[in-house]
Amino acid sequence: MMAAARPDPAAQSWRHIVRLEKVGMTFGKVQALSQVDFEVGRNEIVGLVGDNGAGKSTLIKIVSGVLRPTAGSIWVRDRRIDLDDYSVRMAHELRIETVHQGQSLGEKQPLWRNLFVGRQIVGRFGFIDVKKEKAIADGLLRQAIGFRGEGITADSTVRDLSGGERQGIAIARAMHFEADLIVLDEPTAALAVSEVRKVLAFVEGVKAGGRACIYIEHNLAHVHEVADRLVVLDRGRVAAEFAKGEIGLTELTNHLVALHEGHAGVRA
Amino acid sequence: MSAPESGRIRLLQIEGLPIVAVLLVLVAAFMIAAPEVFLGYRIYMSFLATVPPLLVLAVALTLVIAAGEIDLSFPSIIALSGWVLAYCVHELDSPWVGLVLALAAGALVGYVNGVLVARVGIPSIIATLATQFLWGGLTTVFSQGLSYSLGEVEQLLLWQLLVGRIGPFPLQSLWALAVAVVLWLVLNRRRFGEHLLFIGDNVKVAEVVGVNVAREKIRMFVLMGVMAALASVLLTLENRNFFNTQGSGYLLEVMAAVFIGGTSVFGGKASVVGTVAGSFIIGMVEAGLVATGLQGFWVRAVVGMVFLSAVVGHLVIEEPERGRGVLHAVRGKLTFGRKSPPG
Repeated sequence: MMAAARPDPAAQSWRHIVRLEKVGMTFGKVQALSQVDFEVGRNEIVGLVGDNGAGKSTLIKIVSGVLRPTAGSIWVRDRRIDLDDYSVRMAHELRIETVHQGQSLGEKQPLWRNLFVGRQIVGRFGFIDVKKEKAIADGLLRQAIGFRGEGITADSTVRDLSGGERQGIAIARAMHFEADLIVLDEPTAALAVSEVRKVLAFVEGVKAGGRACIYIEHNLAHVHEVADRLVVLDRGRVAAEFAKGEIGLTELTNHLVALHEGHAGVRA
Repeated sequence: MSAPESGRIRLLQIEGLPIVAVLLVLVAAFMIAAPEVFLGYRIYMSFLATVPPLLVLAVALTLVIAAGEIDLSFPSIIALSGWVLAYCVHELDSPWVGLVLALAAGALVGYVNGVLVARVGIPSIIATLATQFLWGGLTTVFSQGLSYSLGEVEQLLLWQLLVGRIGPFPLQSLWALAVAVVLWLVLNRRRFGEHLLFIGDNVKVAEVVGVNVAREKIRMFVLMGVMAALASVLLTLENRNFFNTQGSGYLLEVMAAVFIGGTSVFGGKASVVGTVAGSFIIGMVEAGLVATGLQGFWVRAVVGMVFLSAVVGHLVIEEPERGRGVLHAVRGKLTFGRKSPPG
């Protein structure tokens, strides 16, 4: 059923997996994003950086269908999306998967439910095929995603997992559904150093696998290391873009600090 | 984690097992204390006649609480739907129309609750408290404060199908069992139920995994309304009587049945099996205590004790860390003046 709904990406020629054009987002009187142009190529790792409140999370919530923008348009595989239809479900069907910062998994639910919620495997009468979901979940856990702790099964509850294991499950879910675009929102925030390396290796694996990734990261060293292109957001606008190698880590840091001090200057 | 320990945990994870055990212990205790009553079948037939409305309400409320919401308006649905049914039977002589309209009234009340909570954004405890007053009050207005006696109702096919007897066996217990089975399936094996669990667990997660939170909540309140109406129909027919305060005793008993059964007050975790056992515990304590010769005054105190031990028991089993905190707190209070041992 799901396979039929999915477009066959190989059958089309397209340049950008996702493209936002003059996207704006207001919450009441707060302008979270304005006139944002943002695109991700077919096989590109785009690093999204900026201060707290710059609009990074809002931007990726729009890309992943959680929020509907109040202005602008969205293009997926170079086709314009009707914003009234755009939703998480549709993003999933378009093979856009998002690992939201610390908010991707239901704490009290078993892993198998977490892997399939929102697109359950159901039988003829609409009942969830628990056996099948658990079998696939166990298979995913056995695969070398590198985050599996001892004694974790499909029946384990999320709250019994470490931060790294949770991130691993959320990423495994994105992989299982064969995303062409994986959006990672601060995936290393709660991780130990060794786990951070695994996430970075995963991002590089996405690139090697011909897929695309939007990577949001506070730690500039991490994002600078893996991104093909860096987009700097500042107070809801795109402040700068740098291709890989165009800017060094120190310069990038100085650039962001200068932006930050710019606000302070405005406020003072 | 060692093998025997995980085995023990697996045993404890069988749905509702601890509370079913409590129910069986309670029955055994009654059998010892009042063998002349509890070793015969009559008392159980009596429970099977009186517990179903409570059970239907409690099982439906289990789904609401699983989603982290509450419905306080169902006592007024019991009144409103009961009046609708009684009016149709008594004044219009159309019991089947009465059944349909009674269920529709429940659906309407539930839909209004759902819209108030999910679209307008009023917390469910406030919205349903308000609608409890509204619909309860309107029922008093509609019925002009009168009650209906439905003396001849046993002649009706509707009565015989819903609350009739096969020998001594009351049919409403089968309907209640069917509701419990269906709602267990809805909660545990349907998308809708899984969505309710995720909404109750963490509504932000539910949103990002693609759950239409508002729509599912509205459906849930409508389901609660229809089930409360069904409970009302069973109750009104069994009593052969309608009075406009007939729902008022149910609010706290139903909530107690749900929480005794192990459903989390924080949402995201719910046990229909536990609720069924909890409903029988609540429904049996009164008759049981009276039969054992204890005074009726004790009923609420005993319910309180069972309730409290069940809630602490569930906490210890399901959240060992916090459960240990409870034990430490108790120990700390008992060893007065000393510091409680470090965690």
